[in-house]
Amino acid sequence: MNYLDFFATLLPETTLVLTALAVLLVDAAGLRELKTAHRILGASLVSLLGCALSVAFVCMGHGSSYLLDGILINDPLTRLIKVAILIPGMFTCLLTPGSRLRAHPGEYFCILLLAMTGLLLLVSSENLLVIFLSLELASMCLYILAAFNTTDARSIEAGLKYFLFGGISAAFTLFGFSLIYGLTGSIDLRPIAGALGQSTDPLLMVAVVMVIAGFGFKIAAVPFHLWAPDVYEAAPLSSAAFIASGSKVASFYVLARVVITGLGGTTGVPGSQWMTLLAILAGSSMVLGNLAALTQTSVRRLLAFSAVANAGYMLIGVLAPGSGGLPALAYYLILYSITAIGAFGVVALVEARAGHDRLDAFSGLCRNSPVTAFCLMVFLLSLAGIPPLGGFFAKFYLFAAALRASPGDPLILSLVVLAIASSAVSLYYYLRVLKEVYVRPVAGAEPAPIPDLPVIGLFILAIAVILLGSFPQWLVHAVESAQAASSF
Amino acid sequence: MAAWSIYISFIGAGLIAMLPRNRAHLAPWLALLSAFAGFAFALTGAFDPNPGSFHILARHSWIDAMGATYLLGIDGISLTLILLTGLAAICGILFSWNIRERAPEFFALYLALIGSVYGVFLSFDLLLFFVFYELAIVPKYFLIAIYGSTRREYGAMKLALYSFVGSAMVLVGLLAAYAISGGETFDLVKLAQHPFPREFQMWAFPLVFTGFAILAGLWPFHTWAPTGHVAAPTGASMLLAGVIMKLGAYGCLRVAITLFPRGLEPWGFSVIGFGSWQDVFGFLAVTGIVSGAMVALVQRDFKFVIGYSSVSHMGFVLLGLVTLSTIGMRGAILQMFSHGVIAGLLFGVVGRMVYDRTHTRDLDLLSGFRLNQALPFACAIFCLAGFASMGMPGFSGFVAELQVLSGAWHSFPLLTLVSGVGIVIGVAYTLRAMQKAFFTTPPPTPVTQGTHHEMDGAPITLPEKIGAVILITTSLVVGLYPGILLRWIDEGLASPLFDLLRQGGLS
Repeated sequence: MNYLDFFATLLPETTLVLTALAVLLVDAAGLRELKTAHRILGASLVSLLGCALSVAFVCMGHGSSYLLDGILINDPLTRLIKVAILIPGMFTCLLTPGSRLRAHPGEYFCILLLAMTGLLLLVSSENLLVIFLSLELASMCLYILAAFNTTDARSIEAGLKYFLFGGISAAFTLFGFSLIYGLTGSIDLRPIAGALGQSTDPLLMVAVVMVIAGFGFKIAAVPFHLWAPDVYEAAPLSSAAFIASGSKVASFYVLARVVITGLGGTTGVPGSQWMTLLAILAGSSMVLGNLAALTQTSVRRLLAFSAVANAGYMLIGVLAPGSGGLPALAYYLILYSITAIGAFGVVALVEARAGHDRLDAFSGLCRNSPVTAFCLMVFLLSLAGIPPLGGFFAKFYLFAAALRASPGDPLILSLVVLAIASSAVSLYYYLRVLKEVYVRPVAGAEPAPIPDLPVIGLFILAIAVILLGSFPQWLVHAVESAQAASSF
Repeated sequence: MAAWSIYISFIGAGLIAMLPRNRAHLAPWLALLSAFAGFAFALTGAFDPNPGSFHILARHSWIDAMGATYLLGIDGISLTLILLTGLAAICGILFSWNIRERAPEFFALYLALIGSVYGVFLSFDLLLFFVFYELAIVPKYFLIAIYGSTRREYGAMKLALYSFVGSAMVLVGLLAAYAISGGETFDLVKLAQHPFPREFQMWAFPLVFTGFAILAGLWPFHTWAPTGHVAAPTGASMLLAGVIMKLGAYGCLRVAITLFPRGLEPWGFSVIGFGSWQDVFGFLAVTGIVSGAMVALVQRDFKFVIGYSSVSHMGFVLLGLVTLSTIGMRGAILQMFSHGVIAGLLFGVVGRMVYDRTHTRDLDLLSGFRLNQALPFACAIFCLAGFASMGMPGFSGFVAELQVLSGAWHSFPLLTLVSGVGIVIGVAYTLRAMQKAFFTTPPPTPVTQGTHHEMDGAPITLPEKIGAVILITTSLVVGLYPGILLRWIDEGLASPLFDLLRQGGLS
C-alpha cells in the first residue's frame, strides 16, 4: 500500500479539518472585536471556501481505489455521495448568518466542518470499526450543533433529546457490530458477507436487529424517529437543515452499504430476516410520517415528519435485491438533500422576519416576495412528488428500479403500493403550507422585506430541482455509470 | 405542428407571469392570443394529409436509462380532444374577461393548465403522459383556491386530493406494467402490443381504470365534481367540466382499455350478477347517469344543477367506453367533445352571465330578477344550451348519446333501459332550472328578503357573447354534421393501438 494514495484519498477530509482549525484561528485572532453578525459572516465565508476546496478535491479524484482491505474506499459512487454531502454543507454555511446564533461563531463552524469530515469518512469505508468511529465523530458534532443556542431552553432540550436517543442507538450499533464480529471473526464487510453466507446462528438475528435499530435512529425511521420533530423544530435552523440533508445522505448511504454488502449474502439464510425487518420499518415510516405531518402547524415539524416519510420511501431502494436499487437511491438522496436544504432555507428567511415558523408566518408570502414563494412551491411540490420536479422523478425512478429488480416480488410490490398510497396523502399537508403562501392574505402588519442575496441562492436550488426533474438523464447517467465503476 | 399548441400555452403562461405590474391589463389579451395560437396549432392537425390516422409529431430521447422518450403523437381521438381544448380555452378566457384581482396570475395558471391538457392528449409515452396528467393538478388547485367562490378552499383541496389519489392508482398500474413488460420502454404503441398476463390485467385494469375515472366523475368517486365546479371561478369551471373531466375519460381509453383489454373479460364466476369488470363499470356508469340526474333535480343552487348534470353526462362517456363496441366507443368520444362544449357553455351562462350580475345562484331568489327580461341574451343561450344538454336532435349531445346507447344495447340491455330513465330526468332538471331561473314571475307581494336584489345593470358584454356563440355553434355544427369528427374518431379507433382489443372481441 502506498501512503501517497492514502493522503491523496483523504485530501477532501484533510482540507475540511484544516479549515475547521483555520476558522477557529481566524475567528479568535482576527474577528473577535467585530459585531457577532460580522463574525458569523466572516467565519461562514472561510468555511464556505474550505468546503468548496474540498468539493474540488473530491471532483479531482478518479478511478477506484480500495485501500487497506476496505478501510478507505475511493470510487465514483462514493465521490458522488461526498459531493451530495458537501453541497448541503455549503448551503448550511450560507444559512447560518440567518440562524440567530448569539455567540461563538468560530466554534459553530469548526464543529460543523468536523461533522462533515465525519460524514465523509463514514461513506468511504467498509470497515465496521471505521464506520462506527466516524459515525460517532459526526454524531457528537451534530449533538453540539443541535444544542448550540445555549440561551434557548428548547434548543438545549432538542440537543439533549438527540444526544440521549443517539447515545443509546450508538450502543445498539456497537453491540450489533460486536456480535457480527463474534459470528464471523472479521470487521470488514466483504469477509463478513462470505462468513455469514453459511451461518445459521440465531444470534445473527439479534445482531441484525441491533444494527438496524442503530441506523434506524440516524435515518429517523419509525419507531426510532422520536427525536426528529423536536430537533428539527428547536435546533438552530442551520443545524436542523444540515441534520435533515447532509447527515441523512451519509447515514442512508452507509446503511445501504452495510446491508447490501455485509448482509446481502444472507437473504436465504434462516434466522436472517433483515428484509422483513427493514420492510416493516419502511412501511411504518411512510404511514406514520405522512399521517403525523397532517396535523402539524409548525412548518419545521412538518418537514421533520415529511423526512420520516421520505426515509420510508428510500428504504425501498435499500431493499431492492442486490444493488439494483442503488443508483436510484443515490439519485433520490441527492435530490432529497437539495430539496430539504432549500425548504429549510425558505423557512429560515420567513422565520427571520416573523420570529416563528407556524403556518401563519407564511401567509401572503407571494405578495411581498414572489420569488421566495415560487422557490417554496417548487421545493414542497417536489417533496410531494409532482412532476416535472426532481422529487417526482426520484420517486418514480426508485420505485421503477425496485420493481424492475424484483418483478413479482410481493414484498417490494406491496411496499411500492403503500408508498404511492401514502404519498397521495402527503399532498394535503404540503398544499396547506402553499395555501397560506398563495391564497391567504398577509396576516397582521406588512412584514419586513426579504433580503435579496439569500433568495438568489434558493432560486438556483429551485431551478436545479426543476431541471433535474425535467431532464434527469444527466444525473441518472452519472449515478448509473458511477455505480457500474464502483465496488459496491 | 400540433405539438406547438403545448409549447405556445406554456410560453404564454410564462410571459404573463412575468408581466410587470403596470402592464397587468395586457394579461387577458396575451392569454387570448396564446389560446388562439394554441387552437390554430391544434387545427393544423386537421389539415394533415391523413388526419385521423396515428402519426408521430415529435420523438426525442429523454431518459435513456429507463426507456422513456419524449414522444408526441396524434390520432383521430387526440385530434378531436385537442380541438375541444382549444375551443374551451378561448371561450374560458372570454368568459374570464372581467377578472381584475391578481389577473396575470389567473391567466398564467389558466394557460399552464391548458398546456398540460394539450400535453396529455398528445403524449404517446406513458411517463410523459403521466407527467402532463399530474402537472394539471397544481394550477387547478390554485385557480379554485384563489379565485373561487363558495367554499373555495375546501373544493380546491378536495379536487386536488381526489385527482392525486386517482393518479397514485394510475402510477401503481403503470409501474407494474413497466416492470412486467421487462422495464425496457414506456412507448404506448409498443406496450399496447405487449401481451400482459391475464391475471395481471385482471387487477391492473380496474386499478388504472378507476384511477382515471375518478377524474371523469365515476360514481361513487364523483363528489369532487359538484363541489369543485361550484367553487371554481367561471373560466376554471368551464375548463373543469369542459376538458379536465375528459382527461380522465381519455386516460381510461388510452391507457386502461388499450393496455389491459383482457381485464374486461369475464371472470368465470359471478357475484350478485356481475360477471366481469365490464359489468361492474357499466353498472357504476349507469348509476352515475341516473343518480347525477336525480340529485340535479333537487338542487337549489343553480351551479350545483349543472355540476351534477356533468356527472350524469360523463356517465354516458364511461358507459360508452366499457361497451367495447366500436359504435359505443365512438359515441363516448363524441360525447366527450359534446359535453365539453355544452357544459362549458352552461357554466359560462350560470357563473358569468347570471351570477356575476345577480350575486346569487339560489334558484328561488333568481326568480325575483325576471331574468328573461333583464338578460334576454343569457336566457336565449341558456335555453339553447339546455336543449342541447337534454339531447335535442340537431345538437351534438343527441348524436353522441344515441350512439352510446345503441352500443350499450348489445352489452347491457337492462342497464340501457335504466339510463333511458336518466335521460328523461335530464329533461326534467334542465327544464326545472330553466323555468325557475328565467321564467318565473315573483309573487305579487314581494315581502321576502332577497327579491329586492339589485342587479349590476351591466348588459352582457361582447366577449361573453362571442364565447357563447362559438360554443353553441360548435354544438350545432357537430350535431347536424357529426361526420367531421366521426371520420377522425373512426380512424383513431381503427389504429393498431387497439389491435389487442380487437382480438379480444371489439365489435
